[in-house]
Amino acid sequence: MEFSLLSELPKLVWMLIGIAAFLAVIGLMLVLVDVPRTRRDRWQAFLFLAPALILLVGGLVYPVLRTTWLSFHDRTGTEFIGLANYVWMFQRPEILLVLRNTLLWVLFAPIMATAIGLLYAVLIDRSRFETVAKSLVFMPMAISFVGAGIIWRFVFAYRPADQEQYGLFNQIVVRLGGEPQLWLLDQPVNTFLLIMVLIWVQAGFAMVVMSAAIKAIPAEIVEAARIDGAGPWQLFTRITLPSVWPTLLVVLITITVQTLKVFDIVRTMTAGNYGTSVIANEMYSRAFQQGQVGQGSALAVFLFVLVIPLVIVQIRRSRKTRELL
Amino acid sequence: MSRPTPTGDTAHTIPDVRAGAAARVRRRLSRGAASLAALVIAVLWTLPTAGLFVSSFRPAEDIRTTGWWTFFADPKITLDNYRDVLFGSASDGRLASYFVNSIAITLPATIFVLGVAALAAYALAWIDFRGRDWLFLGIFALQIVPLQMSLVPLLRFFSQGVTVAGLQVLPAWELGGAMAFTNVWVAHTIFGLPLGIFLLHNFISQLPKSLFEAARVDGAGHGRIFTRIVLPLIAPALVSLGIFQFLWVWNDLLVALIFTGGDSSTAPLTVRLAELAGTRGEAWHRLTAGAFVSMVIPLLVFFLLQRYFVRGLLAGSVKG
Repeated sequence: MEFSLLSELPKLVWMLIGIAAFLAVIGLMLVLVDVPRTRRDRWQAFLFLAPALILLVGGLVYPVLRTTWLSFHDRTGTEFIGLANYVWMFQRPEILLVLRNTLLWVLFAPIMATAIGLLYAVLIDRSRFETVAKSLVFMPMAISFVGAGIIWRFVFAYRPADQEQYGLFNQIVVRLGGEPQLWLLDQPVNTFLLIMVLIWVQAGFAMVVMSAAIKAIPAEIVEAARIDGAGPWQLFTRITLPSVWPTLLVVLITITVQTLKVFDIVRTMTAGNYGTSVIANEMYSRAFQQGQVGQGSALAVFLFVLVIPLVIVQIRRSRKTRELL
Repeated sequence: MSRPTPTGDTAHTIPDVRAGAAARVRRRLSRGAASLAALVIAVLWTLPTAGLFVSSFRPAEDIRTTGWWTFFADPKITLDNYRDVLFGSASDGRLASYFVNSIAITLPATIFVLGVAALAAYALAWIDFRGRDWLFLGIFALQIVPLQMSLVPLLRFFSQGVTVAGLQVLPAWELGGAMAFTNVWVAHTIFGLPLGIFLLHNFISQLPKSLFEAARVDGAGHGRIFTRIVLPLIAPALVSLGIFQFLWVWNDLLVALIFTGGDSSTAPLTVRLAELAGTRGEAWHRLTAGAFVSMVIPLLVFFLLQRYFVRGLLAGSVKG
């Protein structure tokens, strides 16, 4: 069968129908609520909010409750089994490995990505090539994790020692006199290589946000420190770092939350094999590939529990900074 | 910036000049080191992508036998990889079809979020009703829910409908063919809403109050205020959020994997690529070209609209 545009047409037609229907409904609603000043703002507010509320309650609020409920039930969701799924999670060695991997991700990815982002932002600040330099490091943010996974799998590609290497990493290893390796199969090195991919993606985010924070430092302060004879290192530790500290924490926490939920990279690079699985990947394979809905739900709930304190800290901090402003 | 005042004796500035010269040399040296470090990072961050990009234009035989860096010594360029992976046999990928799927998923999912979030954000910012602040706080809090919490129940909604106390309120969505995209649209819209409402609310609530009072005096209702005044004013915010949602949906793997079930008639590029990477892990002539097919649109959006993208990013993370 050849590819033909004709067979693709129904998709585009349905897409246009979907968009048109959506706009028509919204438009009609706006005409309906367009009543000049009334005392009854309440039902107008309700109409404005109705689409969002229906979607959020049906798609997030109820599912959260339901998933929590499912996590206390067996694989089909019929029999109540108490904490059995959670006990399972913390007893099975393969799941403990998953938890350990997630811990490794959280320990390394956010700090490295933020540190590299900050370093790079400081280095290129006010340089001649700043815009271009930023784009280069920021670019991975636009690429999908799947794309990033393929890019890095190619870097780690392996050929037997008697053949020419086409993976950059093994080529360098060979040039340095080492043996080429199947890096992605090599535990626990492979987990760190996957973490590197996330660092590669997230450093751009950290860099852009930190760069904006650095630019917000009043020029007078920097100038005054310079006149007082502060060197670059002193300038960085005494002026830059304290000034951008609140933003740094926000970036760190944001990336941590992203890291906890990491799925695509693991899926594309190893599919969670060779001891590289993480919580989100394990949740997917349990609930959607093995039909273990109860176990999958327990993993999801655990993920949720890990994220909550981070976000609370985040909100507290952002409220504080806003008061300062 | 404070300019140094010309008054005062010049005597004690003389040693400063000498110290200044030494400092300048030192500064230039450290500037050099700094540039070098920046260059190393920039190269590390660009090289992997560049390698894949160069490879995607090399003949399959070359990719299989030599490293992409040898390309510069012996450049041979072909578009065969792209032709095969886009239009070739189904087992080669036939990504053109999945490209259409990605578009058919991403455009509606982006427009829906913009529309629904703008309406809700307006109501939360400018319509008075009791419990408004609590409602906003509740929606704000939903941002923390990981997708994983909602996948199983949401999938069940689509496959079995909604039953309340034994009564079928909503039937199962048995959508076939192109209509099956609807599931993914709804799922993506739901997941994009909390952040979308939050970002737009930040923006809409900062519009001057006098604007709304004047319109009210002229007899405009909420519908007209929203379309005539609010929408044009928040256009930059809509663009920022739109770019975000677009990139998010286009690059997403998890939601698509679950709500299209990997079906070839609805699955997007990411799902197909992940599949190819799994089954044909060493067919690099397909994977390199395929990866770039999936990156073309996000990279275009990124480079053309970077300004808006950065602005949205800062609004979401620095303020939020």
